[in-house]
Amino acid sequence: MNVDLISILGNFYVLTLIKLGLVAGVLLTALAYLQWIERKVIAHIQLRVGPTRVGPHGLLQPLADTIKLLTKEDLMPSHVNKFFYVLAPMVAVFFALSAIAVIPFGPKINVFGIETYMQLSDLNIGILFLLALSGMGVYGIALAGWSSNNKYSLIGGLRSSAQMISYELPMALAIASPLLLAGSLSLREIAESQAGFMLGFIPRWSIFQMPAPQLMAFVLFMIAGFAETNRIPFDLPEAENELVAGFHTEYSSMKFASFFMAEYANMVTICCLATLLFLGGWYPIVPSPVADYIPTLVHLAGGGMLIFHGLQPARKWDKYTMPVFGVAFLAVGLLFLVPFLQPILLPLFWFISKVGILLFLFIWVRATLPRFRYDQLMHFAWAFMFPVSVVHLFVTAFLVALLK
Amino acid sequence: MDAILFFLFAAIAVVSAINVVVQRHPISSALSLVGVMGSLAVLYLLLGAEFIAAAQMIVYAGAIMVLFVFVIMLLNAGAEKSPRKGWILTAVAMPLLVLFLGMVSYIIQRGFPNAPLVVFGQFTGGSPKDVGMALFTRYLLPFEITSVLILIAIIGAVVLARKEME
Amino acid sequence: MPEGYLPIFVFMVVALLFPVVAIVAAKLVRPSSPFATKLEAYECGIKAASSSRGRYTVRFYIVAILFVIFDVETIFLYPWAVRYQSLGWFGVAEVTVFLVILVVGYVWAYKKGALQWV
Repeated sequence: MNVDLISILGNFYVLTLIKLGLVAGVLLTALAYLQWIERKVIAHIQLRVGPTRVGPHGLLQPLADTIKLLTKEDLMPSHVNKFFYVLAPMVAVFFALSAIAVIPFGPKINVFGIETYMQLSDLNIGILFLLALSGMGVYGIALAGWSSNNKYSLIGGLRSSAQMISYELPMALAIASPLLLAGSLSLREIAESQAGFMLGFIPRWSIFQMPAPQLMAFVLFMIAGFAETNRIPFDLPEAENELVAGFHTEYSSMKFASFFMAEYANMVTICCLATLLFLGGWYPIVPSPVADYIPTLVHLAGGGMLIFHGLQPARKWDKYTMPVFGVAFLAVGLLFLVPFLQPILLPLFWFISKVGILLFLFIWVRATLPRFRYDQLMHFAWAFMFPVSVVHLFVTAFLVALLK
Repeated sequence: MDAILFFLFAAIAVVSAINVVVQRHPISSALSLVGVMGSLAVLYLLLGAEFIAAAQMIVYAGAIMVLFVFVIMLLNAGAEKSPRKGWILTAVAMPLLVLFLGMVSYIIQRGFPNAPLVVFGQFTGGSPKDVGMALFTRYLLPFEITSVLILIAIIGAVVLARKEME
Repeated sequence: MPEGYLPIFVFMVVALLFPVVAIVAAKLVRPSSPFATKLEAYECGIKAASSSRGRYTVRFYIVAILFVIFDVETIFLYPWAVRYQSLGWFGVAEVTVFLVILVVGYVWAYKKGALQWV
């Protein structure tokens, strides 16, 4: 009976369906909570408290937002081009969500004797697949702007698509230079090429890897990533003071939410891609025996801090909620010590922390920087980013040929 | 499996291609063309040409069609008026269309009399590595000449657009 | 079909269904009470003086066409990057020739002011 169950679960199709459910479920939850995290972080940077009303610390806010957006009146202005107006948000979400399918989250694992990769599926052309999807993402925004038949929307849509295609070039070139080191377009192989340490302690991540550290490419990639996702300081398409809300001015209810969801999904994809290309994917920052205890220590410290704050409550409910979260943290921290779970949890911890730090960077920048002017933005793309990334690619090629 | 996907996407490609011509509004036509490009990419994939499939999506669907959509948005090209056509025109055009299709298939038949049948999964040299090897050793000259072609395209585009701006 | 694409296709179908289901579900539960003023284009409050379907600056067109051109160039660099370590100095030489010709084009376009937004 038990053996049968394992052989059923080990079946390729069943396994794929399980992974698909996991990836889709985790992604959608993460997207919902990213909104909460963003509001909280920005609030704290600006000395506010952010959402606190729905659930403890506003933790149920994403649920409330979903219900609100689902039940809002959905206006379809009389002058829009109906078919494309409805199609545009679907296109945007479709291409944004599809991207996660090729992202690997960890190495090969062995659960009850079933060997599988922590990835839905690995493609030989993984990177090109992501580039194609990000190129197709332009259609969602262009169509939304055009079909709304509104001046703000049209200008927002045009600006946004021009910006996205302009920054796609430096992004593609910045991606190409770590590929010279990795020699593959498969995301799993790229991550695996960054395993190990130089001189025993420097991780062989692309940004450190000799002979050509890719720090510059990483910076170029992140800048282009901010522009691709239409985030501050490149959120010209939604520049409130000139364009109301840009391409989604005329959208309401779930269609409006779809655009936001697509933006967050794109953000997650960019951060995952940056982690895999430059930050060594799921490989730890220090060699193994030390690295295995870091997750536990981090969680124990976090849990301890939460319990400590619970003992000196700043708000009414803190003395109940904080210790509960603290104990949960301690429990998760101890899970990392279970030898059976270690091969699954440790890579996941490193991957998620790197992605999380990059996502935090996105939010931090949003809370800090003002917006570009549109001519500066385009000039920056064509007169700085593009030549610099070409030169960088060339220098990398030269160094690799010289020293390998 | 491959055969089912082939027929599905071949059908999508043909229907989208017909839609490109039938639609009155340029945006609808352009997006149908994107559909054609997308299903062609899947057909390439079925034949084993992964890199070409990705290039098809990135360059055709992601760049050239974006340019089309851009131009339509910028120029505010409206829906075309349907030309008045009588049944006589249709009656004459239909046999001509059949004749044309017959001619094309005859020429293809004569041109490649011993063309081998396509077998899914037979071709395995389509990965980026294989393409890179072929492109940078055997087909190096065409590759370098491509850059000249691109240079000419840059000059042409800038000259045309400059005229527009002044 | 090469290995590994089937799960991707299935996932893409799910990704396609998700927004469709969400938008249809929203249609079922939401209230709807449209009236003429509500359905007007979002403007400054006064009735719109002209249609939004005007003509816009040619700059966007130049950006799009240059993007197409340089995108073709970029896609050529990927098979090169993958094969780079086995090509060695020969690979450097090949791409130098390729890129130099394009850099000439880029510099020329820059001098002509095609990349200047204003």
